[in-house]
Parts: sequence; structure tokens; C-alpha cells
Amino acid sequence: MPKVTFTEPGGGRREINAPLGITLMEAARQHGVQGVVAQCGGACVCATCHVYVHPSWLAKLEPREEMEEGTLENAWEPRDNSRLSCQIQVTAELDGLEVTVPLRQQEG
Amino acid sequence: MISTILIVGGGQAGAQAIDTLRREGFGGRLVLIGDEPELPYQRPPLSKKYLSGEMPADRLVFRHRSFYDEHRIELKLGRQAVRLDAAARQVELADGEKLAYDRLLLCLGAESRRLTCPGAALPGVHYLRALADVAPIQAGFKPQARVVIIGGGYIGLETAATCRKMGCEVTVLEMADRVMNRVVAPSVSQYFAEEHRAHGVTIICDTRVVCLEGRERVEHVVCADGTRHAADLVIVGVGAVATTELARAAGLACDNGIVVDEYCRTSDAAIYAAGDCTNHPSLRFGRRVRLESVDNAFEQAKTAALNLLDKPVAHDRVPWFWSDQFDSKLLIVGLSQDHDRQVLRGDPASRSFSVCYLKGRELLAVEAVNHSKDYMAARKLIAERALMHLDKLADSALGLKEAI
Repeated sequence: MPKVTFTEPGGGRREINAPLGITLMEAARQHGVQGVVAQCGGACVCATCHVYVHPSWLAKLEPREEMEEGTLENAWEPRDNSRLSCQIQVTAELDGLEVTVPLRQQEG
Repeated sequence: MISTILIVGGGQAGAQAIDTLRREGFGGRLVLIGDEPELPYQRPPLSKKYLSGEMPADRLVFRHRSFYDEHRIELKLGRQAVRLDAAARQVELADGEKLAYDRLLLCLGAESRRLTCPGAALPGVHYLRALADVAPIQAGFKPQARVVIIGGGYIGLETAATCRKMGCEVTVLEMADRVMNRVVAPSVSQYFAEEHRAHGVTIICDTRVVCLEGRERVEHVVCADGTRHAADLVIVGVGAVATTELARAAGLACDNGIVVDEYCRTSDAAIYAAGDCTNHPSLRFGRRVRLESVDNAFEQAKTAALNLLDKPVAHDRVPWFWSDQFDSKLLIVGLSQDHDRQVLRGDPASRSFSVCYLKGRELLAVEAVNHSKDYMAARKLIAERALMHLDKLADSALGLKEAI
């Protein structure tokens, strides 16, 4: 099972085993990773599962689709390496992935 | 001293309240009572990817059981709360167990409005609200099975799209002159009706169901004009009503939902309520509302949890909603009822557009079709009570944020 490391808003590092076939958001939520709120549950409409992907991993991910682009634009402090974790499918290639959870998520 | 908090209702609101209570440091006894046997799960996929079989049940749950163990949550699932004694601060379950509380949070949700016409109780007539409702519907998914859906709202249309994808022949019967008439503008109704028709769904508006007929099980849906629609499966989506019986019987104020204030307090000082079951004030829109949405359940539960712990915070949110039908996404933010003007941005034929609702120049609500940018920008603008520039607003080449 691929291992993924989340740096939580408090600075703590959480290494979790992410099952294949689900999304990174779902893996984070199942393990209770701090700061991954995932209010809409993966519909790409709330921007509360926003993460920053370690730059060395960006090229290994499928690119953002238009819906994700639009939603991310109004996420809390979006950056070039911002992704919605609900749009990232866990695959064997992502073993070792490192992401950082922002200090806050989009609100109201 | 608050040593025991009981939560009745294991849906979105109940699950979120647990999370917030523990994260905010509540270390006392925390009990979740839910009448469904499953761990708390998300409902939106029930009409979509769970119904189609693309998403297994273990992906529906918010948290695995280990989370509840780790956070010392007593789960009483598949157990029904049947009586609330507010004076004695006690909840009684159907099996007779009595649980005392210092604070109680009611997250009772809503239940499907039932069809009352003759034949409504025939086998083969289904509702879609809980996980257990799904398997009996799936059992009827056979190629060319004739599915008649009564009600062209969110649930009816999402279910229609899924049944169609599963190879069924689908007819949607809607009483009003257009689908989703209570929640969206005519242009949005028209867009989705056309999407459904393009995928082979038959949509019939201005029609009223008078009875269901069948010998062993439902065979026909009969309308007021005499039309008979042959059906192997009927799915009813004609709205929902707040679940309030427990609260009402205990003497709590109820009026289209359990009446709460902006702190999620009911008429009893030790009892709070959150989610679909509440009639609550919208501070942004200056009136009372009852909302059926993931967002409201989530946010009210968070607010309720903080107030339960004597950390006063008001629920002051702009509500939002979404619906997925075929490959299109409908995004709604705000409440449009008080508008005096609508502005269309973009061309529905481009499959991406939005409808803005204003009162004077103040933005009240936006319905966006496949347009997450407008929708996300609107969430901030509506909360800030932004005044829009009407000419710029109609120019879809400009972002919504540039139209103030």
C-alpha cells in the first residue's frame, strides 16, 4: 500500500498507508489527518481538502481539470503546487508522496 | 460541569459534532445514538456513485471504527431514541436503555415525504434517503427496466441520471411546469431538462400522479389526465420533512423543524439542535430558514458543538448546495427568494454559465452550471454583501470578482 506523508497545520508529520483505488482525501479522512476537512466528500465543490504537493511530486500527478482549477482559485492561499486532494487518485506510483496541509481551509 | 454529551442522529451533523467536540478538548463521556446500523456515512453518493455501484460502502463512511475507539466515542448504532425527558435530562432507547445527559444535541435530519395516493404502498415503490434504501432499487436494475420517477427535484433527477446510466428506461413525472422549479431559474431548469432528454430520459412536466396500480407489485403510474406509465420500478422524490417527533413530544418548540436560535439552542437550555431538522435564523438573509444540505449540517454542527462547550459563536453562513447529473454540475450559493433582478452570465449552449440574483445591486445568490469559478467567487461576495456593477456582471468575459 503506498505510503503518503502529510504535514499537518500544527507542523506534525503523519505517514499513512493509502489504499489503492480511493482518493488522497478519502485516505486522509479515514485516518483523521488534521486540516483535511473535505466537507463535500469529493464532489470538487468546497475547497476544504486543499493540500500543497511537494514540488518533486507534481509531475507524477494527473493535471488539474477545469472544475478543480475554478474551485482552487478561491481556496485559502492557493499556490502553484495547490491541489484538491479529492481529485488525486491513489496509485502505486504515488508511494512516498509528500503533501502539506494549509493552515486553514476555505470558509463560508 | 459538563460530563456527558449525548448526540441523537448519526448523519453528517452528528458525525461533525463529534469531531469538533473532541478537537475542542471535550474529554467527557460522548455518546452517539443513530437509528441506522452503519457507521456515520455521507449521503450525497447514495443517488449517484453508490447507486451505480461505482463506490463501495466502505468509501461512504466518514471515519473508520478505529477513529471512534481512539476518541472514546460510545456508538449506539441501530438503536432508536424513542423518548426524551427534558426535565429529567434523559433519553430512552427503543430497547429500554435510559441515558442521562448534561447536554443533548439533536441531529435528527429529515425524512422523505411519503406519497399518499392509492397504491403508494405497493411493492416496487421506493424512496431514496438512507443506505438501506439503495439495495432494493439496485435489485430492479435490469436492462430496459422501466423506471418511473415521481418528482423532478434534486433526488429525482440525480436518480434518473444514474438509472439511465445503468441501462434503464427512465421517465420523470413533475407536477410543476419545469424541473427543479423551487430551487433554480428557468434557464437552469431548461439546461438540465435538455441534458436528461439528450441522454434518453423522458421528462414530463405539468402532470399530477393520482394513483399507482398493480396486482402483486406496482405496474402502472396513473396521472390526472388519464395517462398510464408502465413501471417495473417507481422511485419517489417529492421532498422531505424535518424529523421532529422526539423533540415535539418532549415539548420543545417546533415549527417546520426544531426551532433554534443562531447559537443552535432549542427552547430548552440543555438541548441544542443542528442540521436538516432545524428551523434556524439566517443572519445574512434576515429570516428563518430550514435547509437540507451537507453544508448546513456540517456548519451548524460545528457551531452547536462550540456552544455546547460554552464557547459562544453564532451560526452566520451563506448556504450552498450542489447536484451532479450526468456530466454536469449544478452549484448554488445564497438564497434567491428576495431578489428583484436576475442576470445571466454566459451562454447555456456553451454548457457553462451562471445566473446571478440581486436585490438592487446586492448579490443574493448565484446558480452556476459547470462554472466553479463564479460559484466560489460568489460565496465570498455574497457573504460580504458586495454591490455589483450590473453591466460588468453581464459580461462573462470578466470574472465575478471584477464585476463589483
